[in-house]
Amino acid sequence: MERIPILRMGNFLLVTIQVDMHDKLALTLQDDLTAKIADVGAKGVLIDISSLEIVDSFIGRTLANIASMARVLDAQTVVVGMQPAVAITLVELGMSLPGIRTALNVESGMEYLKETVIDYRNGEDYDGDSEQD
Amino acid sequence: MTGIVNKTEMLPIKDSSDVVFVRQRVRVWTTQLKFSLVEQTKVVTAASELGRNTLEHGGGGELEISEVVDGIRKGLRLKFSDKGPGIPDIKLALSDGYTSKQGMGLGLGGSKRLMNEFEIESTPGQGTTITVTRWK
Repeated sequence: MERIPILRMGNFLLVTIQVDMHDKLALTLQDDLTAKIADVGAKGVLIDISSLEIVDSFIGRTLANIASMARVLDAQTVVVGMQPAVAITLVELGMSLPGIRTALNVESGMEYLKETVIDYRNGEDYDGDSEQD
Repeated sequence: MTGIVNKTEMLPIKDSSDVVFVRQRVRVWTTQLKFSLVEQTKVVTAASELGRNTLEHGGGGELEISEVVDGIRKGLRLKFSDKGPGIPDIKLALSDGYTSKQGMGLGLGGSKRLMNEFEIESTPGQGTTITVTRWK
């Protein structure tokens, strides 16, 4: 079965969508990614959509779902590399992707993830231990 | 819908990989018509939304892609037709946020905003035809 590969880098999962996704493939990615987050205890997910020539409401919704599911599983998601023409079209379509953190490229996306995860850990030092008692 | 139809192509919409093929063919037509990248993206996105509607709500159907000429302007026309259950309340279906099943409810209203002309004909029990045009 056709699948989009998910790479693991430490605490983070990286996905580069390089094919024109049909709906079932998008849903498979959503399931695979959610399972993988739980499986490896990932703290961050980076999705690179720079090769996507369009993002329609279905793909937009799938990205939003992935971000929400990841959040529930204690991971942050950042979507990077959206083409300007895609951004213009998405907003005109009526989707501004609220709730999805974006970055212009992979580099700034990784920076964001590292910062959020580090901030989160520092915060956890004070009250995180008590939960385990 | 104004304009003279120059040439056409018919595509079936029977499963979700056909929707991907629709996007690719519409992309080729918009490139041949020398639409700008943003215009291409809008037309292809609208085609994707409407193609999915034809598949999900109409139970499959077909797309007719045509190049249209009206005086000195050229455009691309997409006609999606299905023999599905039809749309009982078109005004409601066009409003943002309306969704018949899971979805964002942006398909129809959103594609209307992405195109210049938009026409729906729907008879309950007989099917739906949606014709959209983007002029260059």
